Amino acid sequence: MQLSREQMLQAYRRMKIIREFEERLHIDIATGAIAGFTHLYCGQEAVAVGVCEHLDTDDKIVSTHRGHGHCLAKGCDVEGMMKEIWGSREGLCKGKGGSMHIADVDQGMLGANGIVGAGAPIAVGAALAAKLDGKGKVAITFSGDGACNQGTTFEAMNLAVVTKAPCIFVFENNHYSEHTGFSYAVGTQRDIASRAEAFGMRVWRADGTDFFAVYETMRELLDYVRAGNGPAAVEFDTERFFGHFEGDPQRYRGQGELEKIRAERDCLQKFRAKVASAKLLDEKELDEIDREVLDQIEAAVVAARNAERPTADDVLADVYVTY
Amino acid sequence: MAKMMYRDAVRSTIFEEMERDDRVVVLGEDIVGGMGTAGGPEAIGGIWSTSTGFYDRFGPDRVIDTPISESAIVGAAGGLALAGKRPVAELMFADFIGVSLDQIWNQIAKFRYMFGGKTLCPAVIRMPYGGGFNAAAQHSQSVHHFLTAMPGLKVVMPSTPEDVRGLLREAIRGDDPVMFLEHKALYGVSGEVPDGDYTIPFGHARLSRAGEDLTLVATGLMVSRCEAAADALAKDGIGCDVIDLRTTSPLDEEAILDSVEVTGRLVVVDEAPQRCSLATDISALVAQKAFASLKAPIEMVNAPHTPVPFAKELELAYLPSAEKVEAAARRVLGWR
Repeated sequence: MQLSREQMLQAYRRMKIIREFEERLHIDIATGAIAGFTHLYCGQEAVAVGVCEHLDTDDKIVSTHRGHGHCLAKGCDVEGMMKEIWGSREGLCKGKGGSMHIADVDQGMLGANGIVGAGAPIAVGAALAAKLDGKGKVAITFSGDGACNQGTTFEAMNLAVVTKAPCIFVFENNHYSEHTGFSYAVGTQRDIASRAEAFGMRVWRADGTDFFAVYETMRELLDYVRAGNGPAAVEFDTERFFGHFEGDPQRYRGQGELEKIRAERDCLQKFRAKVASAKLLDEKELDEIDREVLDQIEAAVVAARNAERPTADDVLADVYVTY
Repeated sequence: MAKMMYRDAVRSTIFEEMERDDRVVVLGEDIVGGMGTAGGPEAIGGIWSTSTGFYDRFGPDRVIDTPISESAIVGAAGGLALAGKRPVAELMFADFIGVSLDQIWNQIAKFRYMFGGKTLCPAVIRMPYGGGFNAAAQHSQSVHHFLTAMPGLKVVMPSTPEDVRGLLREAIRGDDPVMFLEHKALYGVSGEVPDGDYTIPFGHARLSRAGEDLTLVATGLMVSRCEAAADALAKDGIGCDVIDLRTTSPLDEEAILDSVEVTGRLVVVDEAPQRCSLATDISALVAQKAFASLKAPIEMVNAPHTPVPFAKELELAYLPSAEKVEAAARRVLGWR
């Protein structure tokens, strides 16, 4: 089924929001305006958006330390997120979580996560809840090639298969677990999907820099899971445009590597090329979106810079409901 | 009133809560027992007999028998709770918090705080704990002090069937994550249980013996050892307050301080080793907030700073006993 014009424009806008959100963070972190540890998702936008465009708020996702893209794709408020990353009490998590712990349960976003591999068991739990409710909803865990080596991921895959939970394991293989290459750290040196397959799941593989490939793969996969066939997994081959964390000198990169992936594997450029060659969208419409997104991000930064700061009294709030 | 065993108090309370609220689900290793075998589901019914009959009544979607995957069990409980359910997960032994600790203290304990107070995580993690079964170093430990040190968790250690029912209802109906520690040696103990749908609020200690000469503070199995010591001391005309804390987080500071202000003498009894323990925590509390009331140094009766040993003679020497409590009490009473 072909995407409508509106769907394509929305997907492009969401990818562009993630891109510009991250590019702006990269600057504001470098100047010291933003504190803490931040891991940028830039380069992987087509995965988050290609997955989440199929979901509604009753479908749950669990994210990673590299979670801004998943949050934005799942509908978390741009300004609320920016304020959170700036540490404001007006932030999405009142300044308690920061970059690594953004969550919005009302949007079905059950949290970014600072612990690599911790999200998969949580997603299985959310999937078991969905199975109990019987309304065809799913839970999705995003993991990288780093998390695919964690025991929690293996435990979660097995538990999902055993319980036939409608859980989807989305592996974003960006070829680096922190500062270590895939070819060293993933012992099979083959792919991640074959591991999931070995647990008894049906698996898919696609180019994670091609929005249309991600979107169509997820349509097929979600039909399969929503029909009650149990869990499934997918591996998207993708690229990380920045380092593991902001400030990472990236000495592990090959000469010209970053320039090459920016030139050849940029999901936004590929999206534009595809819709232009197939005459699906007018380039001017996309340029207009680009301008609007830049304005939106600038407005979010201004709002975050001027937002109320938390006070010492806020430290004690929200540990418990009652104590 | 009816007489009921501690393990039946656990089982019946969860069963009744599952009947009352269809959001309540249970999960854990062998909680059904026999899945995938010739014997079939319920061949075992849970190795502690705390989930017997659940599977037949509520089915596989609410009685989730899991593989041996403790991280996945606790993590799934967290996900179920975030998604609006009320999971009651079982770790077969409290010692297994080691393999699931990230999900306990980095995930479920912190969701609410990290997410700015906008979410609930009403997960109950049950775990049989404690020594006395020659189960050695990895199946006998008391882990309450680790869990008590973790902000975001509530820690419950019931000592009687009556308290099991009231505290477990409170745990399941409450909106915060709860670590529910059941002492293995108490499962077979019977006690009177009130009728009706009562709950016991957390942070309210129970006074199981009253006296004006000495304060004994304990939890779980150690409460009965304090009671035995108190009964022995009573024969010499010495009256003890025995304070059963019921919960270590929140802690009923007032009950401890009020008692010490009257008695001036304190013995804290704790099944775990002493360093950074519940005993040192309570001793510090009293030293700080009731210093002027103290008539003698505080005594602590703990396990020694060793792993739990296997052989019967060794484990007996390891565990705090009524005799050790009584001896400590007499040291405190005789101090001058």
